[in-house]
Amino acid sequence: MPITTEDTLRWLHQVAVVLHENREFLTQLDSPIGDADHGINMDRGFQAVLDKLPTVAGMDIGSILKTVGTTLVSTVGGASGPLYGTAFLRAGMVNAGKHELYEADVVDMLEAALEGIKARGKAVPGEKTMVDALSPALLAAKEAEAQHLGLSQLLRRASEAAEKGMKATIPLLATKGRASYLGERSIGHQDPGATSSWLILKTLADTCG
Amino acid sequence: MTVGLVIVSHSAQLAEGVAELAGQMAQGKVAIAVAGGTADGALGTSVEKIIDALNQVDGPDGILVLLDLGSAVMATEMAVEAFANEQHHHVVISSAPLVEGAVIAAVEASIGNSLQEVAEAAASATTLPKVHDRKGEEKDY
Repeated sequence: MPITTEDTLRWLHQVAVVLHENREFLTQLDSPIGDADHGINMDRGFQAVLDKLPTVAGMDIGSILKTVGTTLVSTVGGASGPLYGTAFLRAGMVNAGKHELYEADVVDMLEAALEGIKARGKAVPGEKTMVDALSPALLAAKEAEAQHLGLSQLLRRASEAAEKGMKATIPLLATKGRASYLGERSIGHQDPGATSSWLILKTLADTCG
Repeated sequence: MTVGLVIVSHSAQLAEGVAELAGQMAQGKVAIAVAGGTADGALGTSVEKIIDALNQVDGPDGILVLLDLGSAVMATEMAVEAFANEQHHHVVISSAPLVEGAVIAAVEASIGNSLQEVAEAAASATTLPKVHDRKGEEKDY
C-alpha cells in the first residue's frame, strides 16, 4: 500500500498534534543547550500548517509538502524554520505531481530533506543536530528498500534508526547552532532538533506504516 | 546612490539600536533598514521581515546585510535567495561582528564606496582589536 495524499494530510495533522503535546518536552531539551524556544517554535509552525491544510486538500503530495515548507519558513522564528522549511520544500520538489508514494519515493523524499538540511545548515553528522537523527533514518530506509521489506517496515525502521541517532546525540559536543556557544556544557544533553526530527518520522510510521 | 544596509537581529531593539548607531555615522547618506525579531514580536528571525528590509534599501549599488547569531544566517540566506529571484541587484551577507561591522559599513557606504569595498571594510572588523595600549598591543589588565 503506497502513501496517499490523504495519508500525507493525516501525517501532517498528527505531527501538529504530537509537536503540540511535546511542546514543553522540546523546550526543556532546548533550555540547557539552546534558547529554550524549540518546542514553542515547532508548535507555532505546525499550528500554522494545520490552518493551511484545508487549502491544500486535493493537491498532489509535492504541492502539499511545499506548502508545509513555505509555512514553516514564515512562521518558525528559530533556526528550525529555515531548516525544516528547506527540508519540506525539497521533499516536495522530488515528489512534485505525485498522488501516491512508494518505497523509492519515500527514500527520495528523506534524501532530499536531509540534503536540504545539510546544505542550509552546512552540517554534517556528529555535530549534535537534526542530521544525527535523519542520516541514520535515510540509511535504514535505503536498506529496507534494497531488501524489499515493504513500506510499513521501511517507515518503522527509519523511525527506529532516527530514535537511536537522537539518543546518540547525548554525549556529543555541539558545534552548530546556539549550543555551539556553550562548548563543553552541551555534552550530556539530547539535541532538541534531532528529537523533533525523530517525532516527525515516528509519526510518519505511526500514521502511514 | 550608495550601498544599502540591512541589519538582521534576533532582537528588534538590538536591530534598531545598531541602525541608530550606524545611521549617526552615515549622516543620512545611507539607506539602512532593520529586520529584528519574529513577525509576532518574539526573539528570533523572520525571513519575511528580512525580504521587506531588502526591498526597502534596494538599489543599483547593492546591499550589505549585517547580522547577529546563528539562525540569522540561515534566515538571511533564504531571504536573499527569494529576493535575488525577483531583483537583480547584488546582495552580500557579511560575517562581520554586528556593531563594528555596521558602523564601518555605514561610513564606507556614505563616502560612495562600492559594495565590494564596503563588504571588505566591514569584514575587517572581525580582526579589529577593541582595546589598545600605547604600543598598539592588546591591553592586558
